[in-house]
Amino acid sequence: MTSTESLIDRRQMSYIAAQAADARLNVELETEGMTLNIGPQHPATHGTLRIIARLDGEQVVWAEPSCGYMHRGYEKLTEVRTYPQVTALVNRIDWLGSFANEVPFILAAEKLMEIEAPPRAQWIRTILFELSRIANVSLFLGDLGVQMGAITPVFMAFRDREYVLNLIEGATGGRFHPNFDRIGGLKEDLPAGFIDETRVVMKKLRNFCDEMENLLFGNEIFQSRTRGIGVIPKDVALQYGLSGANLRASGVDWDLRRDQTLPMAWNKVDWKVWTHPDGDSFARCWVRLQEVRESTLIVDQLLDNIPSGPVMAKVPRIIKVPEGEAWVSTENPLGEMGYYVVSKGDLGPFRTKIRSASFNNISIVPWVLKGVYVPDIITILASLYFILGDIDR
Amino acid sequence: MSTDAVAEIPGDTLRQGIVDDLRSAIGEALLDSHVKPGDDVWVRVRTDAWRATGQALRAMGFEYFCFLSAIDWMPSPFGKGEDDPTAPAPERDDTIVQGYAGGETRLQVLARVVHPVTHVGVNLKCDVPDPEPVVESWIPVFAGANWHERETHEMFGIGFAGHPDLRNMYLPSDFEGHPLRKDFPLLARMVKPWPGIVDVEPLPGGSDDEEGDAE
Repeated sequence: MTSTESLIDRRQMSYIAAQAADARLNVELETEGMTLNIGPQHPATHGTLRIIARLDGEQVVWAEPSCGYMHRGYEKLTEVRTYPQVTALVNRIDWLGSFANEVPFILAAEKLMEIEAPPRAQWIRTILFELSRIANVSLFLGDLGVQMGAITPVFMAFRDREYVLNLIEGATGGRFHPNFDRIGGLKEDLPAGFIDETRVVMKKLRNFCDEMENLLFGNEIFQSRTRGIGVIPKDVALQYGLSGANLRASGVDWDLRRDQTLPMAWNKVDWKVWTHPDGDSFARCWVRLQEVRESTLIVDQLLDNIPSGPVMAKVPRIIKVPEGEAWVSTENPLGEMGYYVVSKGDLGPFRTKIRSASFNNISIVPWVLKGVYVPDIITILASLYFILGDIDR
Repeated sequence: MSTDAVAEIPGDTLRQGIVDDLRSAIGEALLDSHVKPGDDVWVRVRTDAWRATGQALRAMGFEYFCFLSAIDWMPSPFGKGEDDPTAPAPERDDTIVQGYAGGETRLQVLARVVHPVTHVGVNLKCDVPDPEPVVESWIPVFAGANWHERETHEMFGIGFAGHPDLRNMYLPSDFEGHPLRKDFPLLARMVKPWPGIVDVEPLPGGSDDEEGDAE
């Protein structure tokens, strides 16, 4: 293992060295620089992220994302809401995988109250969590193609994501903002026919992954646009706090679903954590593709043996959370999403720190864009994958 | 799959061991600690040892920077914004009580780092002196602290010595005040009481509900 690792390191180093040499050449030639402003309204920014890049010829010498176009102040707002009301807010952080945002907050509140949801609720939570991941990341896969000029994948992604959204809507009543998780369990049980329908959809999604793998990941243009581009070594990824697929694509074998004990059902089924040693754009996209497929397998296994019983624990009608501090994070579609909840024994949190994945994932942009060529800005940003609501909160 | 080493480690000794290791690394600068067995660790360090603590933890293998933020422990003078704006302001308790691992100041910096192999995290706290709230920047230790410190500076008015560029991230540069401090009013609540507050009023005869759908 060490020999392959050193080989990879050498490859990354040579890539970085080549970029540095190019940059030096430009300085020696004294080319005139310019400032390129991308966004706030730009298709490659998935919303309103503005990127200011200082260019030297075709190369970026300095880049800085400018956030805040969608800051909604959720941390302040949680301080004037009650615990059950907060889920309606946090739904809107990562709006493509909304249900997954509710879970860590509810788990943090349950941890402070020292209660646990009944097994059936835990399983349904896990199923809906994985469905959110599939809905979220399948759109990423489609969007990825469109940023490189491949139009077809995005139609496929929207087609197949719709099946998953229909399932989420069937179970929760909301396509995008379910607001379905409750302290102590779930609002409702699953509707009739959900299990059979989900099995069919999971099969469709696996077909979608195969299609994507053939159409996009096997494509020569795609490979040449992403391989060796935007390399993030392991230690840099860790100290910038990258998480989720971005971290696993840099060779860190760490998945919060597996590596911590939460009252959820992930450790009840058999699945695999995918990693990639390269740390480039291709690795990040590839890991996400594998994760969608793995999620469909997790859902299939969970559907096989959902325990029976109630979906709601006995909780008081007026929820007061005892004094204390709790930190809970889960492996959300975008990466580690966590809530640091400080309770003063009140009806609402005293302070909530929302640690969202995209904020950390994007904070590496000034580092990773240094020295890349202009067209690679788009692929690197796409492969880092962020949701604006998840950066600004 | 789930037969990972993490499950077998007895949480208490592991987490207490982290506190002991850190104490031997930074000595007297470790002021207080709180260990919840099998759950989490809280450590409070002296303000002048903030960066040294980060370096010591990084050397101990806590290489993953999770987040950095702050807590304002002062109870909000505005409550939850449910007051009638026309009535005189009600009396509120304004004693400052810090959370786990104690504290002496109103503002505290809060950070979390995680060990990428054992997956155990440490929550770090550090008091911020009040008249001039400044602590050392963590950028030389964890480059990712850059944006988190900018955000904390903007939201709490805490300075970070050694930070190259404490520009606002979200708000206009001429914005006055620090929104996440408790004495910064949530203006939307000041001008009109929020209708949602009605939800938390106890309903008549609702005490025997076994399914607490409290919203």
